[in-house]
Amino acid sequence: MRKVLAIARKEWRQVLRDVPTLLIVLLVPLFLLWLYGYALNFDIRRVPLAVQDRDATPESRQIVAAFTNSGYFDQVASVHADAEIHRLLDRNLARLVLVIPEGTGRDLRNGRQARVQVLINGDNANTATTVMGYAVAIVGGVSADLQIERLGTAVAPLAVEPRVWFNPELNSTLFLVPGLIGFIAMITAVVLTALSVVREKERATMEQIRMAPIGTGHYVVGKVLPYVVLSFVSATAVLLAAMAFFGMPMRGSWGLLLTVTFVFVAGALALGLLISTLVDSQQAAFQVALLVSFLPTFILSGFVFPIASMPGFVRAVTYVVPARYYLAALRGIVLKGVGFAYVWPQIAALLIFTAAAMALAALRLRREAAG
Amino acid sequence: MRRVFYLMWKEFLELRQDPRIFPIVFAAPIIQLTLLGYAATTDVRDVPTLVVDVDRSAESRALMNRFEFSPYFTVVRVESSTAAIDDPLLRGEAWMALTIPAGYGEALRRGETARVQLVADGSDANSAGIGLGYATNLVASYAADILAERTPAAPRGGALALDVRVWFNPELQSRMFMIPGVLALILLVVTTILTSMAIVREKEVGTLEQLNVTPMRRWELVGGKLLPYALIGVVDVLLVSAVAIGWFHVPLRGSFALLFGMSLVFVLNTLGIGLFVSTISRTQQQAMIIAAFFFMMPMTYLSGFIFPIENMPQAVQWSTYAIPLRYYLVIVRGIFLKGVGLETLWPQALALLGCGVVILSLAVLRSTKRAG
Repeated sequence: MRKVLAIARKEWRQVLRDVPTLLIVLLVPLFLLWLYGYALNFDIRRVPLAVQDRDATPESRQIVAAFTNSGYFDQVASVHADAEIHRLLDRNLARLVLVIPEGTGRDLRNGRQARVQVLINGDNANTATTVMGYAVAIVGGVSADLQIERLGTAVAPLAVEPRVWFNPELNSTLFLVPGLIGFIAMITAVVLTALSVVREKERATMEQIRMAPIGTGHYVVGKVLPYVVLSFVSATAVLLAAMAFFGMPMRGSWGLLLTVTFVFVAGALALGLLISTLVDSQQAAFQVALLVSFLPTFILSGFVFPIASMPGFVRAVTYVVPARYYLAALRGIVLKGVGFAYVWPQIAALLIFTAAAMALAALRLRREAAG
Repeated sequence: MRRVFYLMWKEFLELRQDPRIFPIVFAAPIIQLTLLGYAATTDVRDVPTLVVDVDRSAESRALMNRFEFSPYFTVVRVESSTAAIDDPLLRGEAWMALTIPAGYGEALRRGETARVQLVADGSDANSAGIGLGYATNLVASYAADILAERTPAAPRGGALALDVRVWFNPELQSRMFMIPGVLALILLVVTTILTSMAIVREKEVGTLEQLNVTPMRRWELVGGKLLPYALIGVVDVLLVSAVAIGWFHVPLRGSFALLFGMSLVFVLNTLGIGLFVSTISRTQQQAMIIAAFFFMMPMTYLSGFIFPIENMPQAVQWSTYAIPLRYYLVIVRGIFLKGVGLETLWPQALALLGCGVVILSLAVLRSTKRAG
């Protein structure tokens, strides 16, 4: 234990000496959370709409009005020629084009089914799916109104009451902010330790440490310890900022949240350390560190892309992405207010990850010392 | 020119100091694109749904069948009491719960309005919104069918039918949209990181002084330093686009020559950024922090890769004009999915080129000042 503390003290001194890095690690995460939390959302409103009304009857105008009054669409153009539609969609000037063919009003008055068409720019499939949902719902609403109007007394046979739990307004910020917290904590931690060992290798101070009577296990733990304190402070500040800036609720227990956060940053730091022992130059360490943390934490953690929708073998890979567990636990605790009974599998997985990364790092150092 | 070549050779030799670097630089992008290409999908299919059927009538089973046969929902469990909703939703085992209350079948038979309830887990707001949309549409079309059965005068399928055509990506596969983006991000990560370390490394080790006293001109130093990474970038562009086209069958509707040319201009940007980072940092760790926090994160989040730029606050929208990836994404997606050429993409192409020239000149100027 004394040996571990000695290493930790040495590392701690090195950390304190580098004031710019220290400030960056403590302040930049807050700034990033503020910027991205404010900038990013999936709420799709004011979709640019173009209308080609070839019918020009009261009925066709009723359909157009249903779109423009829905609050989701902004009519940006009235189209007359078909070529115009191509131009609007090619240049992303309109996302949806509503085409009402001639005879729509007449068909409706005669009790025949009328057809209207929407053209959607599908290049962003996510936005397009949501926009398509809006269009289908609006046309369905008009259709039901017309039907009931014409049949007089008939009532709608079915009514749905949709309710959303945990985030009733479907505010995408509440969904994205926990993801951002995980992402920022992960990158901060990996950036802190990924260069730590390889730097000593490059400067040849590693030899001195090898000569000292310290086991690799002690060395690894001592090396990570100061950064755990630093990252934990940084991550906690980010959590508090998320609640202050973005109204992230706190429905569960603080003790549990801090425990999960602590285990997560320890795991992320251990991963950085492991990378640092695997390569021989800082350049390679940086490359590997970002390859295993930057895009995977963004794409494979459930931050924006639901893990349930991924194919089987990719889902299997997500089990080694620590942010996956942290995000599930974080969202559960702050949004759903779940307790230990629901979060323990995540904590266990993070603990296993941390232990495995530390053990591998120690093993790797030992082999290098022997070889 | 010979000097540039020698410097280039020296840079390659130094890279080889770590024997793992070349496998990493060439194999990692392919593995990443394969994995992330599959993972980056926002398609909502098979929403795990819990059905609470309190009514237990023929009518309630008919509604449940509609959900079961829809490709958008998978009924994971059927319960008979609303108390059973909480646990699966808290655990995330079900994303949505459909409750059919007692008296549902009775109300339908009497011709009154029957009510059902849908509960969605809003902690994933994006999927929940899309899933709720599918569910309400499903119920609405079922209602229209019931109405048509009851009153023969009403047209089947409702008074108005909607014909949806999706352009550029008819099956609304988000993969087609995401893969060109992932391709751009991987290029960014690989090329920026390597160059961001290139000059600061010599600074840290103290060999930059030696380079400065050689009769080498500034541009020769910069050129020799950048060329090896530019070559790596070119190879990566070819590898990664081969995977996108050959493996994922992302349709390449436009010209490959244009795609390749524009990718080179983009790599010019990423190399310029890396070099700039390298000239302003004192240690490799600083270079890593600056590159990751101040260049790569904003590029990832504010470029429109996944978060739509038009949703961002106005001030942030303006700042996205300074992000080269923003232009490159429009170009890559335009060439791949829409098959458009320079006649449509020239504003983005010019902007991308402009960004590249500005950032590279800044980097070169910075390194010149250092010498004096």
